[in-house]
Amino acid sequence: MNAAEAALDRVTRVPGVRGALLASSADGLVIAEQLMNGVDGRAAAALTGSLVARLARTTAGAGLGAPVFLHLRGEEGSILAVPGGDGLVLVAVAGPEANVGLARLEMLDAAGRLG
Amino acid sequence: MIDEIRTLTQRLADEPSSLAFLELGESLRRRGQVEAAYKVARGGLNRYPGLADAHDLMARILSDQGDFAGAFDAWADALRFDPMRTGALKGIAFLYFRAGDVDAALEHLQRAAEADPDDPAVSQAIARVKQDSREAGREAFTAAEPEPNAGPKPEPARATGVPPLPPLPPPPPPADSPFAGIDAGDNGLLLVDANGMCLAGRLTMPDGADAAERVAAQLAGVTREAARATRLLGLGSWHSIAVESPDAHLFLVAPTAETLLLAVRGPELPMARVGLLAERATRAARGWLGRVQ
Repeated sequence: MNAAEAALDRVTRVPGVRGALLASSADGLVIAEQLMNGVDGRAAAALTGSLVARLARTTAGAGLGAPVFLHLRGEEGSILAVPGGDGLVLVAVAGPEANVGLARLEMLDAAGRLG
Repeated sequence: MIDEIRTLTQRLADEPSSLAFLELGESLRRRGQVEAAYKVARGGLNRYPGLADAHDLMARILSDQGDFAGAFDAWADALRFDPMRTGALKGIAFLYFRAGDVDAALEHLQRAAEADPDDPAVSQAIARVKQDSREAGREAFTAAEPEPNAGPKPEPARATGVPPLPPLPPPPPPADSPFAGIDAGDNGLLLVDANGMCLAGRLTMPDGADAAERVAAQLAGVTREAARATRLLGLGSWHSIAVESPDAHLFLVAPTAETLLLAVRGPELPMARVGLLAERATRAARGWLGRVQ
């Protein structure tokens, strides 16, 4: 198991997380993924990458540092993202029952190990 | 109590699809077995995700565990399925009070009073919270806790450990600001329209320079992107975006389909409390938009 797979494995072990992936934040290309059936990894990577980039421009516009964690909450679940400093973004898709706090910790730790 | 738990556990084992998990989870919670209660409630929620009672039970358990952000979300879910649920209204009122937002706490207690005018504990809580004293409020909420759909019963040690809201400097907002009277006034609260134009609020950079217009312009497409992402990933409509930066916590919500609200506070304020602030500002923004449109 390489480092990326190990990182995704940790995140997807969190109850309620339906999948995780590592993508390039510049073009949204998926580098590695562990997803349950029905989760569209390419869409998750592209859409999250775009949103992360926009929010990074927002924080920069406010004179603030770049985002380190993002939680987009939907009616039926959440998208979590941890942008890395090396042009990668770690993304998780979670159901409404997921422990987002635990997923956040695992993602930050996993991203730290990757970086 | 132990016999009751044994009976309920057996009943749930015999009939996993029954609603016995509600009683069992509550009984375990009251015995202080919150981990066991959590598992029971989680199992019940997985089976009945649209049941307000199940979300209400989960909220009480999370509150007992000190997970107030989770409790808030669970009570909000309960209200989504049952908007007049007094236990959830009281629970959210407690969390607002705990965060120092007396006005929002009172608003939720008033709704609870409308939902159940015969509950004397609610009117007692309202009267006592109006004293605007943390100690009085804690007692009030204790007195207001009904059976079994109650808000949390705050423990003194936990409640006294709550840090006060950070000192807030800025000049008072303009009289026509939707955010007058909210927390720090309108600085760090920004209401923008779908075209990225500022409608209300202020946002200054750490060096004091005005950042409102620059940030508003960047926010123009956020609503569309967030809606697209949650829709395509089967997550329904979007509720909020929380963004952690090393320098700040940002929280985004959409008061209306055509507007976006950004709340920004320092990283010392927990994200869940920034979320509570944003929700309060959202209600204020909706009222303001209704008046000025």
